[in-house]
Amino acid sequence: MEAIRVENLVKRYPHTLAVDDISFTLAPGQILGLLGGNGAGKTTTIAMLLGLLVPTSGNITVLGHDMAQNRFSALARMNFSSPYIALPARLTVRENLVVYGHLYNVPNLARRIAALAEQFNLGALLNRPAGELSAGQKTRVALAKSLINEPELLLLDEPTASLDPDTGDYVRGVLEDYRRTQGAAILLASHNMGEVERLCDNVLMLKTGRIVDRGPPEELISRYGREDMEQVFLHIARSETL
Amino acid sequence: MIRRIWGMLYRHAAMYRRSWPRVAEVAYWPTLNMLIWGFTSTYIAHAHGAPRAVAAGGLIGGVLLWEIMLRGQLGVTIGFLEEIWSRNLGHLFVSPLRPGELLGALVIVSAVRTLVGLLPATIIAYLLYSYNILALGPVVLLFFINLLVMGWWVALGIVSLLFRYGAGAEALAWTIAFGVTPLACVYYPLTALPAWLQPFAQALPAAHIFEGLRAALLGHGMDWRQFTLATGLNVAWALAAILVFAGEFRRARVRGALLAIGE
Repeated sequence: MEAIRVENLVKRYPHTLAVDDISFTLAPGQILGLLGGNGAGKTTTIAMLLGLLVPTSGNITVLGHDMAQNRFSALARMNFSSPYIALPARLTVRENLVVYGHLYNVPNLARRIAALAEQFNLGALLNRPAGELSAGQKTRVALAKSLINEPELLLLDEPTASLDPDTGDYVRGVLEDYRRTQGAAILLASHNMGEVERLCDNVLMLKTGRIVDRGPPEELISRYGREDMEQVFLHIARSETL
Repeated sequence: MIRRIWGMLYRHAAMYRRSWPRVAEVAYWPTLNMLIWGFTSTYIAHAHGAPRAVAAGGLIGGVLLWEIMLRGQLGVTIGFLEEIWSRNLGHLFVSPLRPGELLGALVIVSAVRTLVGLLPATIIAYLLYSYNILALGPVVLLFFINLLVMGWWVALGIVSLLFRYGAGAEALAWTIAFGVTPLACVYYPLTALPAWLQPFAQALPAAHIFEGLRAALLGHGMDWRQFTLATGLNVAWALAAILVFAGEFRRARVRGALLAIGE
């Protein structure tokens, strides 16, 4: 069973075709990169995978659940992190994690929070209000929240944005480790091409709502005759024919 | 389900524990209103003698009971707005929390806020104006529940507007319920309204509740007809509000409004 199966997905707004007939799958234990410039359809696709947005047509199956019929069963087994969504600023880090632990029905919640605090180096921050944290600290807390239920599927939108290189590298290590130990699938939207090369087994290149190319990063680099994913991204983004 | 609702209750309890202005706001307006209308009522009673004292009692009782509706409504809408203000809705709506569970939690928060917010005003009414709302007996509880439910379905309508128009509709959260006040017949009988306006007032549970309150204050006992009308109207309006909410939530998911509700 795939973690994600998307078939002929379309999202049409009155004046825009945001996602244009895309299909893809994501297997358990794999990391799939969702790449594309601004307006390519990444956020729209993720929003439909999360059930925040109803597709115009097409099917989404997440962890065996049809998102149109049974999205809450899937949502309990997945999680999401984005630096563009905040946690309540007045609540401490611990209180925020307790809230989401309850929402995801996490057993042994205190133990789980202690493990996450150690994993993301949050020990000194647990009793501080989330609103007082730096951008990088908030991103780490958001990632801790996204792992609170030990999800089988993790959707990450720019997971290391606003992190310094050292912390960003540490977080990538955590994600690699989580994938390896839990066998979790990860869908990653990122503009950091070094991160994509390091983490992703496969990438989807999106442009104006369509998948214009796909494959493992090294294969794409080789196919386009470039040195790295940054150059592949620029080539595709600037190409008139793709 | 219970654990998810508990999670949201914990979220609000933690927020209020760390924010004294929020706690103060809960009781500020009911207390202020009670002081203003209490002194007004005392003046009327002293200036015009005993018969007017009953009307004065009606004013104080009206202030207290109408605050139940207002606080009940604000409790739900402010609770929802807190999630918009903190940009947390995106996390909540991609968690297993059902919209109905979110509303259930907000309704409980609203009931607690209302009780806490009205406590100082009730004590002031007793100490300064010798007015004891509980002297009306168990009927007060029936009035209380009906007005709270009315506040909740008004709030549900406002949350639906927030789904449709985004945070730009926030001002409605503060003003819509106050706009209903002239039709609620809180401080005057239904017959004080022009004939053409009376059917609109009669469509609201509040007008029947306050007619019932005045009957009780005049010593006529509980007016069960008015109570039954108020309860029936509340059920009908609440069902309509739930349908509107469900429709607007679905439309927001189609339009992508949940992604930009804070804008």
